[in-house]
Amino acid sequence: MLGGVRRVSSGILRNSFDRRSLVIGGLQTGIGVLLAARLGWIGLVQNAKYQTLSESNRVNLTLIPPRRGWILDRNGAPLASNRADFRVDLIPERLVDPERTISELAQLLNLGADKVTDLRDKLEKAHGFRPIEVAAGLTWDNFAAVSVRLPDLPGVMAQRGFSRWYPTGPSVGHLIGYVGPASADDYEKEKNPLLVTPGFKIGKDGLEKNYEAHLRGIPGARRVEVTASGKLVRDLEMREDVPGQALKLTIDGPLQDYAARRLGLESGAVVVVDCETGGLLAMTSMPSYDPNSFADGIGRVEWKMLSDDDHIPLLNKAVRGLYPPGSTMKPMATLALQLHGVDPDERINCPGGYRLGSRFFRCDDVHGPVDMRAAIEHSCNTYFWSMAHRVGYDAIAPVAKMLGLGQEFVLPGTRQRYGTIPDAAWKMRRFKQEWSAADSLNASIGQGYVLASPLQLAVMTSRIASGKNLQPSMLFGRPMPLGPDLPFTPEQYAVARDGMFRVVNGAGTAVASQLKVGDIRMAGKTGTAQVRALVSRGHFGDWKSRDHSLFVCYAPAEAPRYAISVVVEHGTFGARAAAPIGRDVMTFLFDPGAAMATLLELERNWGGTPTERMAAKYRTFAAQYGTSAPKVGDDADVRAAIDKSDNTDPAAEVQANAPATSRPEEPAQPPAGTGPQATPSAAAQPDQATTQDKA
Amino acid sequence: MNRRIIPEAIAREPWHVILPLFALNTFGAMVLYSAAGSRLTPWAILHELHFAVFLVLALIVSRLPRDLFKLVAYPGYVMLVVLLVLVELIGGIGGGSQRWLNLGFMTLQPSELMKPGIVLVLARFFDTLPPAMTRNWRALLPAAGLVGVPALLVMLQPDLGTGLAICAGAAVVIFLAGLPLSWFIGAGAGIAGIAPIAFFTLLHDYQRKRVLTFLDPESDPLGSGYHITQSKIAIGSGGFWGKGFGNGSQSHLEYLPEAHTDFAFATMAEEWGIVGGLFILLVFLWLFRWGLRVARQSNDRFSMLLAAGMTFTIFFYMAINMMRVMGLAPVVGIPLPWISHGGSSMMTNMICVGTIMAVDRWNKRSGSVAS
Repeated sequence: MLGGVRRVSSGILRNSFDRRSLVIGGLQTGIGVLLAARLGWIGLVQNAKYQTLSESNRVNLTLIPPRRGWILDRNGAPLASNRADFRVDLIPERLVDPERTISELAQLLNLGADKVTDLRDKLEKAHGFRPIEVAAGLTWDNFAAVSVRLPDLPGVMAQRGFSRWYPTGPSVGHLIGYVGPASADDYEKEKNPLLVTPGFKIGKDGLEKNYEAHLRGIPGARRVEVTASGKLVRDLEMREDVPGQALKLTIDGPLQDYAARRLGLESGAVVVVDCETGGLLAMTSMPSYDPNSFADGIGRVEWKMLSDDDHIPLLNKAVRGLYPPGSTMKPMATLALQLHGVDPDERINCPGGYRLGSRFFRCDDVHGPVDMRAAIEHSCNTYFWSMAHRVGYDAIAPVAKMLGLGQEFVLPGTRQRYGTIPDAAWKMRRFKQEWSAADSLNASIGQGYVLASPLQLAVMTSRIASGKNLQPSMLFGRPMPLGPDLPFTPEQYAVARDGMFRVVNGAGTAVASQLKVGDIRMAGKTGTAQVRALVSRGHFGDWKSRDHSLFVCYAPAEAPRYAISVVVEHGTFGARAAAPIGRDVMTFLFDPGAAMATLLELERNWGGTPTERMAAKYRTFAAQYGTSAPKVGDDADVRAAIDKSDNTDPAAEVQANAPATSRPEEPAQPPAGTGPQATPSAAAQPDQATTQDKA
Repeated sequence: MNRRIIPEAIAREPWHVILPLFALNTFGAMVLYSAAGSRLTPWAILHELHFAVFLVLALIVSRLPRDLFKLVAYPGYVMLVVLLVLVELIGGIGGGSQRWLNLGFMTLQPSELMKPGIVLVLARFFDTLPPAMTRNWRALLPAAGLVGVPALLVMLQPDLGTGLAICAGAAVVIFLAGLPLSWFIGAGAGIAGIAPIAFFTLLHDYQRKRVLTFLDPESDPLGSGYHITQSKIAIGSGGFWGKGFGNGSQSHLEYLPEAHTDFAFATMAEEWGIVGGLFILLVFLWLFRWGLRVARQSNDRFSMLLAAGMTFTIFFYMAINMMRVMGLAPVVGIPLPWISHGGSSMMTNMICVGTIMAVDRWNKRSGSVAS
């Protein structure tokens, strides 16, 4: 035992084995106990936690986008509804091979090259779980073709759902706005999983955007059992969605559609006001975009088509188009003159013009001696020039504002520009120049610095026709309360109305546009606003140089129910382009059948309804530009483009008599609740087309 | 009394091992039946078939004489090494890793056979080694060579799990052979020192990732930690009694990866709960207790090293697999004997069992002779 090397014998090894095998046995038992303990720890102590995790694996909660509230016209007919459709979406996060998936989908759904490019654009911008719409409104065959291949196409979803449907398409584009998939910004603002649910659309513009909360509704939910790869095993539970509330408008749907279609190939706007309540019966701006095709995002070709068009389809001309009102101001001016003591029976001799200092302002004709009524009837400029010179334009401007010009109205969902009613203080502020007598003359016939929107013109007409300070409104059953009483006597109104009656029914400028509906008579006033100072009236030459054509009217003349304003951009004489449209729209209100017959006859020559014409144009563009059209920006870019679109052509606005500096319009105030205003450059653009005198 | 009714040949079989194993295997078949969506195909029926075939193999092995074992130890080992090299070469030509040889009628995975093979050859080596040489470092060199060559070849495949199993089996045989304890402590310290270096240089990226996610599976629940996380969810949600046969959502909805092979225990635990887990553990412990007892009852060095080494090989399978599915060890692809689906591992384990039975038989024979 003491010292010496221990001899190793087989006996010692045997003992060593016995001892060591006990150690191994102990190790095995120890690990066995450890495993049992671990099993108990996971299975008993942490059981609740893992059960929850297992359930959340097993059960998938899917939101069902709520059906959006309908937008109804005054008679309850839908202007915007939902229709059931089959749709296919992509979840970028789940895509394995995007290129293969896209090409396979393109083949299954017969997507053209333009659509594939649009899809790639969308995929490029998208990230995470925000779904991308591949196609909606699919036929059952296409839908089924994709559905059966879903297992090979990870990241593709095919489902039934509801999509927004605007039965009259472009006719309501500017009025209602459009819906689209929520953008990343929308999601940032409102961390709501609904926004990234495939098929859900959010209001992007107009009423759709403004009344988003009202229209949205409450999403339904579906609890389903899914596999790890997202394949649906079975439905567990279903909660129906609660559709959004309907929004009923004062708009008369068929009238809105009629007015839009009647504008035809022209660029312009029609506004119809109810003379009893101030409710808007129609407010249309053409050409327009088709909100139906905006719902899946805006494609390249479509965007090029819209932004290349010199008729500016993205501009809502009814509220954001500004035009010199021209002679349509004259009935208003007679009220102002009477308020300042001018006797309506006083006659002014019209020798064919008016001399102011060394300059001669030429009238359209030699009218001879005219009184106030005849001055409206014949649209005699000389009368208004001499009267304006007598009372001063500062006496007229407040009345113009009183009747709605230069005013902004409380109409949620519209972004109005309020134009200009100039006066001395305004000119000093704007141009650091004194108000001149020539400015008064120009302003008194609705030219020069004066700018008004079609909506303002319609409101002005309704106030003259009704004698009430009507405020326009768009929500049915909730008219705006009247403004402060207007200071005119019935006799004073009668003079203006008589003049307007004679314009249409006497020897005036619009006798060709008399109503042919029973014994209903219409009163109105044409206007022709010069875009550029030309030697002669610009009713020829290139389209952009032609005069704007305007017409305001109301009917029935003795008990006014409806007031209408029509503006046709570059339509030449008011009597030629705008007045027939005003007449036909008015006819539709009393005799839809007759009006429709007129329209169908016209559309035969125009190439169909606006929707049909747009489809044809799209095909042309797609064939011409295909996938080479430039990319569309994101929501903010589209928004900026819409805000910036303007019925001015900066290059063409070089005025003969214009001050040396450009004359920016007063920056439009951001209307309440319509979000941030466009870029500053939009407001800083050169001014509206205006004319100077006719020297 | 039994002996009068049942023929001697049958009554002599070690039923106290075969029956628990059959129960364990049948339980495994039930798990596979459920994992296949309540279908016998493709796994459950084959699982039982494998068992039957390889039980026959085990019974044949159990009847082989000790001398035959000793005789084939070295030639068999050399042949397996040659096969491993062959696999490596074929894999190299095919441009990827390959672990099996296609023999036409079956695929052979030489690394699987190497697990009992290494135990056999080392037992033979220490059997022939004079006892006096045992504590000489020169004795260790051939042993280390015998382990090192196949272990390296297998790890090159790369198959870390099998490589480790070979090393573990060998280490236990060497340990039981009576080499000085200080060597093992030294080796342990050495491995602890080398491991970090090996971790950063020797391991493949995916193997390194497995180790990292084992340390913190929640760090990447949808990526590399997915396996461990989902496995723990399956086991944990099963609770004590389990969700019931055929009701495991984790496996049926495909959240559990490899629900029929490496993670079969998780599949089982989800439906059978802790009760099922304890049953499996008890059967295994019973098996190991039997194996070690057989080893201790042996009279000769070869037999006892052989039986103990085979026992430990099975144990290593079980321990690594169960520790892995419960998040106690890194993810290495080792199936759970008699529960996981797979012919190769079934064959290995049955060969191990057959060998232990053979040792048991030799013991009884010599015992009866002695008494």
